[in-house]
Amino acid sequence: MMPRDDATFHCNATSLDVRGVLSELRAHLETRNIREDDCSNIELALAEALNNIVEHAYALALPGTITLLLRIGEGQLTCELRDSGRAMPSLVPPDATGPDVTPTLAALPEGGFGWSLIHALTVHLHFIRDGSENRLVLDFDLGASESARDISPRRRASDT
Amino acid sequence: MELSTTRHADMTIVHVPAPRIDAAAAIAFKDAMREAVGTEPDHVVLDLGQVTFVDSSGLGAIVAVMKSMGDGRRLDLASLTPDVAKVFRLTRMDTVFLIHADLDRAKPRAAG
Repeated sequence: MMPRDDATFHCNATSLDVRGVLSELRAHLETRNIREDDCSNIELALAEALNNIVEHAYALALPGTITLLLRIGEGQLTCELRDSGRAMPSLVPPDATGPDVTPTLAALPEGGFGWSLIHALTVHLHFIRDGSENRLVLDFDLGASESARDISPRRRASDT
Repeated sequence: MELSTTRHADMTIVHVPAPRIDAAAAIAFKDAMREAVGTEPDHVVLDLGQVTFVDSSGLGAIVAVMKSMGDGRRLDLASLTPDVAKVFRLTRMDTVFLIHADLDRAKPRAAG
């Protein structure tokens, strides 16, 4: 049985500190020989989740701290993000539907892609509110090629 | 953020030297782009050859720049690295922007 490979990271809830912790995390994943494709997927999903915490959970307060608990298992990786900011509205994460990318220039979305990217890059996610703490758990498959799913709001008939 | 530009007769190329267009860089990028493209060139190509990471904030910033350029002006992208191409693909934004594999393919053909 594979020994548990756990690591903990912390950062302040600012976009610059998020950059720093992503860099630490990436370096850590590389020491574990995680495939580059998986490293990129994980970095992107975590960037989105961390940016959400910076922008929304701590929006009206001084930057708090974010804790990342990483667990690497056989062919899979889990990252739990904990913060003490405001609770997510309705305590349920937004679903995988991304914004509609309509052809009208003026109507092009500039935001709203974050959660749909997180859904596309993870195999499972869940959120719980524990006391005054938000906990978001993201599960990743390792070693899958192009496992990210298309997040466009309307699937064409030709898409499998 | 420092951006450099290469001006051709029909097109202006804006080179992004920063490795990341992310939440921390989005505002600086937008400001620098608005200064670089101003109201002048109708056709701008954004050279992202040095950029290895774009998140949804960066994507939003690029979209915002295109919107601020307005109808009749074009913002294309060039030289997307694999991870950046992935973000545009996942969000279907690769259907919104014309993406050139490299700058040679973006350049107008020589006359004659």
